[in-house]
Amino acid sequence: MVFTTLKRITRTGFVNFWRNGFLSFAAIVIITLSLCAFGAMIFTGAFGRALLADVKDKVDINVYFALTAQEADMLSLQKEINNLPQVASTTYVSRDQTLAAFKDKWQDNALIMQGLTEVGDNPFPASLNIKAKDPGQYGAIASYLTGKNPEDVNGTPIIEKVNYQENKLIIDRLSRIIPIAEQTGLAVAIILVLVSVIVIWNTIRLIIYTAKDEISVMKLVGASNIYVRGPLVVSGIMYGIISALITLGIMAAVAYWSDTVILRLAGVQIAADFDLIVNVLSNYFRDNFAQIFLIIMGAGIILGGVSSYIAARRYLRV
Amino acid sequence: MIYYDKVSKVYPDKTIAIDNVSFGIEPKEFVTIVGQSGAGKTTLMKMLIAEEWPSDGAVFFESANIHRLNRRQMNKLRRRIGMVFQDYRLIPNKTVYENIAFAMEATGKSSREVSADVPHVLELVDLGHKIWNFPKELSGGEKQRVAIARAIVTQPDIIIADEPTGNLDPTNTYEIIRILQKINELGTTIMLATHNKGVVDTVGGRIITMDKGKVVKDSREGKYIL
Repeated sequence: MVFTTLKRITRTGFVNFWRNGFLSFAAIVIITLSLCAFGAMIFTGAFGRALLADVKDKVDINVYFALTAQEADMLSLQKEINNLPQVASTTYVSRDQTLAAFKDKWQDNALIMQGLTEVGDNPFPASLNIKAKDPGQYGAIASYLTGKNPEDVNGTPIIEKVNYQENKLIIDRLSRIIPIAEQTGLAVAIILVLVSVIVIWNTIRLIIYTAKDEISVMKLVGASNIYVRGPLVVSGIMYGIISALITLGIMAAVAYWSDTVILRLAGVQIAADFDLIVNVLSNYFRDNFAQIFLIIMGAGIILGGVSSYIAARRYLRV
Repeated sequence: MIYYDKVSKVYPDKTIAIDNVSFGIEPKEFVTIVGQSGAGKTTLMKMLIAEEWPSDGAVFFESANIHRLNRRQMNKLRRRIGMVFQDYRLIPNKTVYENIAFAMEATGKSSREVSADVPHVLELVDLGHKIWNFPKELSGGEKQRVAIARAIVTQPDIIIADEPTGNLDPTNTYEIIRILQKINELGTTIMLATHNKGVVDTVGGRIITMDKGKVVKDSREGKYIL
């Protein structure tokens, strides 16, 4: 009996979906648009996060050591810095590595190479690149370094220069902007989701409103509520599923299309230099497909089904 | 079988639709309720399926007070009452077959019963050839015959017909009345509301005349015209 009821409800839901062709089409268009708002939100979030992460990553401070500093002293300083709670990572670059990198970069420029030979000895200091977990923490790290500044055996300080002051302005700005950007993004996301929910809910309510006479006839024939409401919910869920599939298709297209557009606008070379922006969306879409699928499909099904369920209620009281 | 006990209905704007009406209907009776528009015929019938609530008094189906039933009991009761309306009230996006099948499915009949009974009942109202048409493809008389088929397919104890011929021409009117009489002969109680004098003359039987919410005449001496 339960199985028969379920079968009849599902079948009626399907049949109604096809017969109300135009209404179904309209509902799918509107729900798809709303779900696209969800998708846009997911993408903007991903893109924004990637951008922010990249900018955060680009912000760092460099410690330049004195030419006379001993490698052992510098390495022990690095170890100490690594143990600071604010520090995410450090990279030590020795004098030889700096020289090698310089030569590698300018090997085609005879003038510079010649100048380098004239200098004779390796003119480059060793350096320590420090990345903080949060841009706001560079101040603390820099003052720690200047306060600490260990001396070598001869009593000369091993740190020549910390370039924090030069970067201070941009670091301060970023540490103010980043939290605001994140909060604004969240607020916009919440508003978009609310608007989508309201739009979908209203669409379904209007569709069920057009069926209110049918609902009352069914009730007068003695149909139980589940018999009247069931097919409406089935149709609602179908709107949701189809809209979700269309939305996922649109999202995939946007993800791949945006990559090509960025490549074309920026040029392959520049895009490669700033490798952050390229493939952000398509990578994100591919890596998080299961999650995105669940969010979009879930939102479609739940909004379609639950809206139908609730919207039918007011007409069931015959 | 059905008993109206001192029933009154006053609408919020103080219009009195029904004024202290009492009468009973026996099983297998064919009762015609006659009166001008606004005499209270429709309100009286709607009370039987709890679409209207009395302001005073009570309506009984067998021993049950209709307006005290819970929703589940109400659904069961409605399945024992077949209804035919002036405006047919077919479901527009269901075919003739589905309109009738729906009423059966709602009462929990098996699929085998549905596929056997629906064509049979359509033959009974002479619409076997329109089984897959949609309501908008039918004439008024045909629609009303579908509505009657839907009302009788669940084998109800009583059929309530509220102005079933109101939108029909004399030929179709006569046919609908003939079908109702045939159903009555097969043992189903019929309650028919009309203001059409021709219909009243055709049916005979028990005639209750209403005016301004009151029963002014209840003549049982009428004969069936067979």
